[in-house]
Amino acid sequence: MTSSQTTVIVGQILEQGEALSLEQLGALSGARAAQLLELVAEGVLEVITPAPPRFAGSALRRARLAVRLQRDLELSTAGVALVIELLERIELLERRLAR
Amino acid sequence: MEFKDYYAVMGVARDASAEQIKQAYRKLARKYHPDVSKEADAEARFKEIGEAYEVLRDPQKRAAYDQLGSGPPPGQQFRPPPDWDSGFEFSGAGHPGPGEEQEFAYRGDASEFFETLFGRAGFAGARPRQRERGEDHHARVTVDLEASLEGGTRTLTLRVPEVGADGRPRLRERTLNVKIPRGILAGQHIRLAGQGETLAGATQPGDLFLEVAFAPHPLYRPDGRDLQFELPVAPWEAALGATIAVPTPAGPVELRIPAGSKAGTRLRLRGRGLPAQPPGDLYAILQIALPPAGSDAARAAYQAFAAAVPFNPRAAPGA
Repeated sequence: MTSSQTTVIVGQILEQGEALSLEQLGALSGARAAQLLELVAEGVLEVITPAPPRFAGSALRRARLAVRLQRDLELSTAGVALVIELLERIELLERRLAR
Repeated sequence: MEFKDYYAVMGVARDASAEQIKQAYRKLARKYHPDVSKEADAEARFKEIGEAYEVLRDPQKRAAYDQLGSGPPPGQQFRPPPDWDSGFEFSGAGHPGPGEEQEFAYRGDASEFFETLFGRAGFAGARPRQRERGEDHHARVTVDLEASLEGGTRTLTLRVPEVGADGRPRLRERTLNVKIPRGILAGQHIRLAGQGETLAGATQPGDLFLEVAFAPHPLYRPDGRDLQFELPVAPWEAALGATIAVPTPAGPVELRIPAGSKAGTRLRLRGRGLPAQPPGDLYAILQIALPPAGSDAARAAYQAFAAAVPFNPRAAPGA
C-alpha cells in the first residue's frame, strides 16, 4: 500500500464520559429541559444526582427515543413511559426467543 | 415530478375535517413509526405519512394544495401551475408550540413534490437562525461484533441531510473511516467531535453521534456486556462431567462441565464477554447432542444402554 488518503476518525464512547447536565442532555436529545424533568418524574430517565440533575450517558438513547415518540405520535409523558417499557420488554422477550 | 395524493396517503376523503385528519395520522403513525413498527417499509411509509400530515394539518398549506386538484391523469408528470401559491402565506409555524426545536422525523428527506411546493420553509419549525455552532448529527450504524471485541477501524456509509445551494434539503452519502472503541456495547454512542454540521459563518462545527448496533454473529449473541453461545455436548459429557475446549473471543479455554448437567444449563466464564469496563461475562448454554444411531455399533450401544438403565423421560408429573 502506498501513501493512503484515508483518514481514520477517532471518537469516544459517550456513555463512558462524564455525566451529562440537563442542558447537555437537552442539546443532545433535542428535548426541552421541562420535558426531560417530566421524563425523570415518570421514571423513564434516571438521574445520578438530583440537584442539579446529572445523567449517565446511557440516558441519551432513551431521551432521544422519548422525544421521537412524543413528537411523532403526540403522546403524553405517561404514554411515552408505557411505550418505552413495553418496547424494552419486547426486546427482552425477542432476545430470549432467539436463544 | 410525481404528484402526491396526500389524501390517499392518509386514507381520508378530500373533505375530511381537521379532526379526522388528525385521527388518521395518529392511527397510521402508530402502525408505521420506525421505533414501534415491525412493518418492512415502516420508515419509508412513515416519511410519506408525516409529509402528508404536514400539509393537511396546516389550513394554509392544505388550501394551497387543494388548488392543485387531484393531480394529472395517471402516467402524466405533474408540474405546478405558475403562481399556484399566490395569496397564501406559509409561516412554516403551523404546529410547533413552545419548543422551537420540534421538527418532523422526515426533515431533510421530503419528496421532490413537497419541496417544490413548499420549499425548505414548509418544514414546521425550520426557521433561519444565527448560530455559533453547527448542529449535532445523529446516525445509527451496524458493526460486526469483532469491532467491539478487538477494536478496529470500520468504513461506515451515512446518509446525511444537508441544505443545497438552492436552499432545498437533500441527502448526501458520506463515507467515514471510524475507529470503533474496543468494548463498546449495543445502544451506546460514539461521539465524533467536529464531524457534525459545518455551518457557513459558524465558528464551530457540530458533533456526530453514532448509535451502535451489532450485526448478528455466527456464534456469540450479545446481551448488554455479556455474550452467550450454544455449546453442544455429548450425553456422557453432560452426565459424567468433562473438561472440554470451548471457544471464547480471546481464544479457546478449558471449561469444566459438571457431572449431571442438563440441557439449557448456563455456565459462566467470568470476564470473557465484551471488553467493556467492567468486562462482561461469557455464558455457554449447554445443548445435549445425540449421536445418530447410524451404525450397527451405535445401535447396539443404544440397545445395551436401554437394557442397562431403566429410564422413563415422561415420568415427570403432568407428562
